[in-house]
Amino acid sequence: MTAELGHFALIVGMVVALLQGVLPLWGTFSRAGATRQALMALARPAAYLQCALVTLSFAALATAFLSNDFSVAYVAQHSNSMLPKPYQFAAVWGGHEGSLLLWVLLLSVWTLAVGLFSRSLPLEMVARVIGVMGLVSVGFLLFILTTSNPFERLLPAASDGRDLNPLLQDPGLVIHPPMLYMGYVGMAVAFAFAVAALLGGRLDAAWARWSRPWTVIAWMFLTFGIGLGSWWAYYELGWGGWWFWDPVENASLMPWLVATALIHSLMVTEKRGGFKAWTVLLAIAAFSLSLLGTFLVRSGVLTSVHAFASDPKRGVFILIFLAVVVGTSLTLFAWRAPRATLGGSFAWISRESFLLANSVLLVVATAAVLLGTIYPLIIDALNLGKLSVGPPYFNAVFVPLLVPVLFLMVPGSVARWREAHMSEVLHKLRWPGALALVIAGGALAWGGSHSVGTFLGVALGSWVALGTAQLVIERLRKPGRIGASFWGQHVAHFGMAVVVLGITGVGSYQVERDVRMRVDDQVTIAPYTFILRRFDEVPGPNYKAVRADVEVQRDGRFVEVLQPEKRRYFSSAMPMTEAAIDSGWLRDLYVSLGEPLDDARTEWSMRVYYKPFVPWLWAGVLLMVLGGLLAAADRRYRR
Amino acid sequence: MKKFLLPLALFLGLLVFLAVGLQRDPREIPSPLIGQPAPAFRLPTLEGGQTFGPEDLRGKVWLLNVWATWCVACREEHPVLVAFAQKNSVPIVGLSYKEIQPQDEAAKFEPSRKLQVARERSVVWLQRHGNPYVTSVMDLDGRVGIQYGVYGVPETYVIDQQGVIRYKRVGVVTPELLANKIGPLVAELNRS
Repeated sequence: MTAELGHFALIVGMVVALLQGVLPLWGTFSRAGATRQALMALARPAAYLQCALVTLSFAALATAFLSNDFSVAYVAQHSNSMLPKPYQFAAVWGGHEGSLLLWVLLLSVWTLAVGLFSRSLPLEMVARVIGVMGLVSVGFLLFILTTSNPFERLLPAASDGRDLNPLLQDPGLVIHPPMLYMGYVGMAVAFAFAVAALLGGRLDAAWARWSRPWTVIAWMFLTFGIGLGSWWAYYELGWGGWWFWDPVENASLMPWLVATALIHSLMVTEKRGGFKAWTVLLAIAAFSLSLLGTFLVRSGVLTSVHAFASDPKRGVFILIFLAVVVGTSLTLFAWRAPRATLGGSFAWISRESFLLANSVLLVVATAAVLLGTIYPLIIDALNLGKLSVGPPYFNAVFVPLLVPVLFLMVPGSVARWREAHMSEVLHKLRWPGALALVIAGGALAWGGSHSVGTFLGVALGSWVALGTAQLVIERLRKPGRIGASFWGQHVAHFGMAVVVLGITGVGSYQVERDVRMRVDDQVTIAPYTFILRRFDEVPGPNYKAVRADVEVQRDGRFVEVLQPEKRRYFSSAMPMTEAAIDSGWLRDLYVSLGEPLDDARTEWSMRVYYKPFVPWLWAGVLLMVLGGLLAAADRRYRR
Repeated sequence: MKKFLLPLALFLGLLVFLAVGLQRDPREIPSPLIGQPAPAFRLPTLEGGQTFGPEDLRGKVWLLNVWATWCVACREEHPVLVAFAQKNSVPIVGLSYKEIQPQDEAAKFEPSRKLQVARERSVVWLQRHGNPYVTSVMDLDGRVGIQYGVYGVPETYVIDQQGVIRYKRVGVVTPELLANKIGPLVAELNRS
């Protein structure tokens, strides 16, 4: 009965979402009077009710998983009675149907939050924002109910489930999708605020101030979600890479780039009243790219490691939904945005100029990633053949675009609004600039490398870090309370610098050895020596594993034992690699088991990697997340 | 006004490509083998005692389906093939690809014992899931698979009367694919 209850709650939820989408918006268009007020006042209760119903539906699905109800087809496909309980719960979003339900759940939670934390907003604005979010929710609920119902029964019931994809049986993957979806769905809030502003013709500083904290929180979740995905790929896929330019990774990177431009552009709109049309366009683009990402992942138009079983019906639905949502909002934009007033004027050298330049660069970088991602599709559509676009394209196009972005981050933080003087900016930044060059030169000398990339990466990373540090020190010397948003900005910028240094470090100085090893063989990556000591068979709850003991010595002294595993899950034929990683402040030691090379399984291919600065990547991401949190927590948003 | 219409125009252009892209299948990978003679081989059959090679079916249009008992996607594909085999007279030959995987217990066995284990396993699997094949050959070391450029399991080839590969499908064969592509192709080849 639980499954039917969940299905029923979802249907009622769809009806409520429709009311939430239509009535309050209708109210905003009707003539002033009691009816108008009553219709607009429906927005909040409808949103709360929808959230309760979707939560009930989600809980019903989770119950079906935790009680091993294999008469539900979706449960039978993605769970197993031997699967540990936490993974049984996470398996709710381990497949297509459930992950969409999670999407809708998070959307309704965001709407709930908007309803609760918008006491200071005019009712008209609240009605518009919640109404638009209701309409988005209707689209997704219809999608679930018509093409991807997770509550479908399987008759006769399966005796046991097919089990969750072993790749997903990992703590990182338990939280990666919810975090990423929080980011995607959060962009719906920024989008709803933008559409509401367009509908009301109120593209002003107040609108920018209202949508800023929401956008920053969504950006924070997106950052965290992408970071988690990258971390998972690094330790779980067993080849030591952390970014692959896979279409689905790109689908998350594109909204992130635009959202980054958006949070900066919103600041200009709030403080200087400028860039209004551009900011609205960015808000629409960020959410549109989230939807496009959903389309690319769910429709199967591109091959990707993340591809779920694809169904053309689903693709058609999302495409129509995408056309309606993005088409309508861009039409609204073309109609209403020309009325937006220009903000205060600004000179060539000013904070506005630097922010605008970076905003445009980030959008160009997004376009480059988008082009690379869908290029195979375009070529195929034009009957010019089949091809795939690989990392060389992305690295060649994306990296040069990020160089000026990183460079401009610092003067952008230093320069005054309206008009700044070049000489003043240069004078202020002489020490960070000089020191960054010295550090980059030192890095080349230390690593014995002559790579331009290494030099640029270290120089830019240090430039941003030192420039940020200087600004913080200057501010600390001045009297007065420092707002949370000041810390937010600088912690996030510093985090970006740490990420850049991490990427440069691992790219420039990593040592990768793919070797054949037998027991007692050793391989040396100075100053570390790795000795293969033994193999063990270890049982797991739903798998069997071969585990190697690899002793690590540094200059002949024992450091530790790394234990990489090769797991064979009972439900699947694909062996899974569990890399063993030792993380230090400055480096990771990474060992993973490849394949047995002989029938007796005494000789194995092994990957032994020395990965400097990888921990900096994760630390930098966490700093950016912390920065977002601080910025959103600023007191002035809570008035 | 015009410049504010630009985002909409760009989006509509993108939409056209996405709509066309939806009609295409990224799994249909062009194979250099299409239009080429099917590589010759001679392998022991599942039933034992005999061998099979492509020239045994010279003069007939037939399908070669790459499968294995460890292949999860094959379980999805199998009922479709069984239903197809019941309704049509097109012979389907199975190519059991690397049945014994390196991490199997059986990988340690000597070759003849390996073949025996692979046969036992495959027969049990076909009894459970149905047998669409006129015969299935055992490609234990995967050498024939390499000659055919096997990407992954399952894969399906259409081979004509002259022993020329006319079509290749990487991944699961769906009822739609059989009805719209493979079926008509086989019928057309049979007419010629």
